[in-house]
Amino acid sequence: MALSVKCVLRSGRNTVSLLRRQAFHRSATSAVQVTVRDALNQAMDEELERDERVFLLGEEVAQYDGAYKVSRGLWKKYGDKRIMDTPISEMGFTGIAVGAAMAGLRPICEFMTFNFSMQAIDQVINSAAKTCYMSAGLQSVPIVFRGPNGSSAGVAAQHSQCFAAWYAHCPGLKVVSPWSSEDAKGLLKAAIRDDNPVVFLENELLYGVPFEMSDESQSKDFTVPIGKAKIERQGSHVTLVSHSRYVGHCLDAAAVLAKEGVECEVINLRSIRPMDVESIETSVMKTNHLVTVEGGWPQFGVGAEICARIMEGPAFNYLDSPATRVTGVDIPMPYAKILEDNSVPQIKDVIFSVKKTLNLA
Amino acid sequence: MTTDRLCVNMFFSHASSKILRTSIHRHGAAVLRSANFTTKETIDIKKCDVHLLDEAPATSVLVAREDALQYYRSMQTMRSLALKARELHKQNIIRGPCHLYTGQEACAVGIEAAITDTDRLITAYRSHGFTFTRGGSLKEIIAEMAGRRTGISKGRGGPMHMFTKNFHGGYAIVGSQVSLGAGLALALKYRNTDDLSVCVYGDGAANQGQVAETMNMAALWKLPVIFACENNGYAKGTSVGRCTVNTDFYKRGDVIPGLRVDGMDVLSVREATRFASDHCRSGKVSFLFNKMEHLSLCRFISTCPFLVSQGPIIMELQTYRFFGHAIGDTEHKYRTADEVDKIRKERDPISLLEGHLIRNNMANMEELREINEKSVTDVEEASQFAIQSPEPLVEELCNYIYCNNPPLNIRGINPWTKLKSSM
Repeated sequence: MALSVKCVLRSGRNTVSLLRRQAFHRSATSAVQVTVRDALNQAMDEELERDERVFLLGEEVAQYDGAYKVSRGLWKKYGDKRIMDTPISEMGFTGIAVGAAMAGLRPICEFMTFNFSMQAIDQVINSAAKTCYMSAGLQSVPIVFRGPNGSSAGVAAQHSQCFAAWYAHCPGLKVVSPWSSEDAKGLLKAAIRDDNPVVFLENELLYGVPFEMSDESQSKDFTVPIGKAKIERQGSHVTLVSHSRYVGHCLDAAAVLAKEGVECEVINLRSIRPMDVESIETSVMKTNHLVTVEGGWPQFGVGAEICARIMEGPAFNYLDSPATRVTGVDIPMPYAKILEDNSVPQIKDVIFSVKKTLNLA
Repeated sequence: MTTDRLCVNMFFSHASSKILRTSIHRHGAAVLRSANFTTKETIDIKKCDVHLLDEAPATSVLVAREDALQYYRSMQTMRSLALKARELHKQNIIRGPCHLYTGQEACAVGIEAAITDTDRLITAYRSHGFTFTRGGSLKEIIAEMAGRRTGISKGRGGPMHMFTKNFHGGYAIVGSQVSLGAGLALALKYRNTDDLSVCVYGDGAANQGQVAETMNMAALWKLPVIFACENNGYAKGTSVGRCTVNTDFYKRGDVIPGLRVDGMDVLSVREATRFASDHCRSGKVSFLFNKMEHLSLCRFISTCPFLVSQGPIIMELQTYRFFGHAIGDTEHKYRTADEVDKIRKERDPISLLEGHLIRNNMANMEELREINEKSVTDVEEASQFAIQSPEPLVEELCNYIYCNNPPLNIRGINPWTKLKSSM
């Protein structure tokens, strides 16, 4: 079992056996198991069909079926015009995508990973994010930037950075970070339909993970609203706030802690900007304790922002202890497995931090 | 019927422009005088240097008096606009970097003369000329520069960020507009239109890596884009010779054909743009037709499936700016006053057009002086409008962050300041 777990973590594929232990959100109607990859694929397929202005461009998205196979089958179905392979020219093709959006198309611009978006970040921020404001609404930029974000397994420092904090810092952008397949599908459809630039942060390790999806989510008009968090698990002793892969870690930690009588409320942020601070405040006002969990670095991160917002709002007076941030270690990501495992939050780290926050350890 | 009467009737039958109709009401004597002018003349222009092209733009062009006067009027208005901007900047009514277009007027006017209303254009920050030629009013432009509510971007953009329908701005990041411009072209091709994108950039921007990336993709995908390089000899304070190895900007697209054009002569710019447009829009067939007279036929031809766009083309416009990079620039650091004076005397685009008009008996100095005076008056009127316009409402500070979005709360300067973005 240990060996297969090691293989699983290294490859990032077939994490079914490890993650099925998570408490899935079960809907009342019949559900179907869909991987995050397939959910993203469905979302793009449905939106491409629905609106002819939508098109996908990026490296390997067409004939290769996507570097991570997220766009599998789309080129075969929609052809060269709508699924475009680009040269390795992030700044150029991102600018081209933004320009196409300015002329009224609705591009989905894929970054093979968000690390490569740094080559193009000027186009994302200065050309996409700020233009609606600079033009007083005359020039809209309906574009989605998507791709895997954050750490993977064994990909080392230049492929492992989390960009949630960087992009969410900037007004004019919307930034979403799905966890489950339902999040992925609903948020991607919402992002594509949004008239504003949306940064859509996926996670490579989640692509192969199946989640139950409700009947409702199978509808072609199913969207998840941007800017609204989801309570994945009700609890009364502590609020755990997270996004993307670490929502799973929080739920796993919550399951272990429940056996010891600690009931965690787990909030899946879904959107980093706009952030649903009200949901966090409501929860903290109930549980009196806050722990944020993320894969990104601590300084100026998502957790830091949450703590600052809590201090500025009504929930501060309800805190029985200072808020705790669980984050990646403040170092470039190492390659060796033992070092990598110790660089990102594990389930045990969440459990430990909850206990410290509740003064149980 | 006397000869004079006949001339007047002929004149009326040709007087299609609104400007001339206005001058009829105001200057009866001038109307009778103008009846003696040549209405159409073939004028010789400089030959363009070409790259990867078998043909070049024509060196003899047919010019209508009305059109030439319109170009003159536009250039004079832009000239007056820039001078007014300079004055208002000194008074701190216009703040921040303001990049004047003085000396480069022929580029904007010549390009506009050869493209359609539905073609798209994008440029960097030296954008007032293009905002005007692409339909922005003087009032909106000056009000925007002055940061007023009545400005074209409601005071949010300032001198660098102006937009009109089919003029996609106004960008401060050197070279970023080149990728955007190719993206506009992608959308036009995607939609199977006959339109093209004119993407204006400078000699400085030509050294941006994203320009090379964009040109590769534009050529790969045969995007209908004219990369119009306004080579004014200086990238801010750095002369072309000090920062560029290959200064043949019209060849810098490698496999993309290019033209090098006299950017100080509006007729040369117009003809080159016409040539470049034909290249972009369809195969070589439409090149044989005068765009204005046979537009419907051109459109039909360009939709024929076997005639695809030839793709992008580069048009290097050799031009010069008479003022510094931006108002307040320490010009003396990088060029001499003598150099500027010499070019002003010998190559001013307005004087060059004046020369064409006078030499060919298409106007006289009196008429041109009247146009000049009118341009000054128009700009003054717009300037007064701008100065008297109110500033934007602070309550609306947070509007326009997003398009088509429900209202949201925005964090203010301190936790107690709760702002709202209501649109």
